[in-house]
Amino acid sequence: MDYEGPIQDLITELGRLPGIGPKSAQRLAFHLLTVDATDARRLADAITSVKERVRFCEVCFNVSEGPRCRVCRDERRSDEVLCVVEEPRDVVAIERTGEFRGRYHVLGGAISPLDGIGPAQLRVKELLARLSDGAVTEVVIATNTSIEGEATASYLSRQLQPLGVRLTRLAAGLPVGGDLEYADEVTLGRAFAGRTQL
Amino acid sequence: MHVERLELIDFRSYHHAVVDLQPGPQVLVGPNGVGKTNVLEALHVLAAGGSHRVGGDEALVREGAQEAVLRAWTRDREGRGQEVSLALRPGGRNVARVDGAGVPRLRDALGRVRVVLFAPEDLALVRGDPADRRRFLDQLLAQRRPAYHAARQEFERALRQRNALLRQQRLGDPAAQAGLPTWTEAVATTGARLVAARLLACHALADPFAARAAELAGGAPGATPGLAYRLSTDRVEVADGGVQEVDPQGLARELAEGMRERAEEERERATTLVGPHRDELRIDLDGRPARSHASQGEAWTLALALRLAAREVLEEVGEEPVVLLDDVFSELDDGRRARLAAWCGRAEQVVVTAAVEGDVPLGGPRLLVRPGEVQASTGPDEHREARGEGDHGDPGQKERP
Repeated sequence: MDYEGPIQDLITELGRLPGIGPKSAQRLAFHLLTVDATDARRLADAITSVKERVRFCEVCFNVSEGPRCRVCRDERRSDEVLCVVEEPRDVVAIERTGEFRGRYHVLGGAISPLDGIGPAQLRVKELLARLSDGAVTEVVIATNTSIEGEATASYLSRQLQPLGVRLTRLAAGLPVGGDLEYADEVTLGRAFAGRTQL
Repeated sequence: MHVERLELIDFRSYHHAVVDLQPGPQVLVGPNGVGKTNVLEALHVLAAGGSHRVGGDEALVREGAQEAVLRAWTRDREGRGQEVSLALRPGGRNVARVDGAGVPRLRDALGRVRVVLFAPEDLALVRGDPADRRRFLDQLLAQRRPAYHAARQEFERALRQRNALLRQQRLGDPAAQAGLPTWTEAVATTGARLVAARLLACHALADPFAARAAELAGGAPGATPGLAYRLSTDRVEVADGGVQEVDPQGLARELAEGMRERAEEERERATTLVGPHRDELRIDLDGRPARSHASQGEAWTLALALRLAAREVLEEVGEEPVVLLDDVFSELDDGRRARLAAWCGRAEQVVVTAAVEGDVPLGGPRLLVRPGEVQASTGPDEHREARGEGDHGDPGQKERP
């Protein structure tokens, strides 16, 4: 049986979020029913403003508050190296390392025919346009190591090869600081295959 | 390694049964349909995570019960004991424990009990479709090389993606054509990894297979058996024990080339026609397919030789697997029975089932199987006390009230 009115509306809406099943939706809804009006208002405002104020950077398609994102606005960064990632959250992950001082390009996903996503659904045309002026000398392809991420990397390398730009791919292998014995077989196997000369 | 004790709770026909096993050979004796095979199946499930007879776990749980629990106490070469248990929960997540502690991933517990099972279904290795022999190689490799399973999942994902693209192409999507080279490469690279692993397995099987087949045949004049691997590109590689290395890059180029050659046909049928999913492990007699040229007796011998060879390949890494022979002896002539028995005498542990005890020329204890229980036919307590065990719970309790 469904609940009456607004509480059922809330359960239905929450249940449409990724990773939230009917049980969790119900628990969240009843939790929200008990919190302060101000707390509930803050959550509601956050949801509305994310739709109203956040948009995609016109240069790299990262999430941004203005027309250009923080990374693209930063004049201290190098324009010579461009890192291609699938999603905005990958930018955040790489930024956390503090190691990379170039720019980004967010594709908006990976090629997956099963999901109806081809190169046309990704920001590949925009990437080619960015590379056309020759300012970028190296493109780092940092798509996921999933089969779709690898396929996207191989598609991009095919497209970018004629431009004569240096193409690199992130290495796959062992996690740093971990014990060899805790690495799963696939990662360890990949690390073994990609071993380097000392 | 060998299994000292196996406990079954709500598994198949058993409410609760405890089976004490010895190193060396032993025979489970009982009429048809009392549950002899279920005991071997239980050991196979603990080793591989699933049954050799049915796909899902539903059939493994006793009717009316929510879950089945299997528990085995093993002892390895160096005398170390281990307890592995597995709870089968159809519709839920199966849970495994090692020495009473939960393990994060099911596959961390699998493979601790190692078995090689020969069952009547194995006749399909010789008589069945190419898919039956592919499954044999895949299962062997999953035990021999843990990364193989993951590599197979990657290949299957790439294959599904490429097939989806081929279907879009048939529906007239112009973008599909442009995307094809990428997925051809993905299928070729991931597929080549599987083909390389299978070829190596095939080469490793060659000598033990020939030796076991010759041993079982007992020097009788007859056709010479051999193994070969036929790729989807129609190239046949004859199994050769001397080959130690295979070049995956070369195989990837071969697969990619094969897909380019058959592009027209793939477009029409909208499915990928080149790759490990279309390969075949061939069992030959004098160079001709045994599938159509072996007599019934020869077919049994070849299938059995292949299983015994698999045991030797598995033994290269880690512990010697337990040999499980389900109702095999009744299918063989006297000479083959005697020679199989001699081979069994060399294995660390062998568990055999038989409806007629006289069919099995093997020493070792006899375990009587009745509906719902398994009992040692003579002096079970002597065996246990002689080996200083008694700490495995209550050995007297055979059935739950």
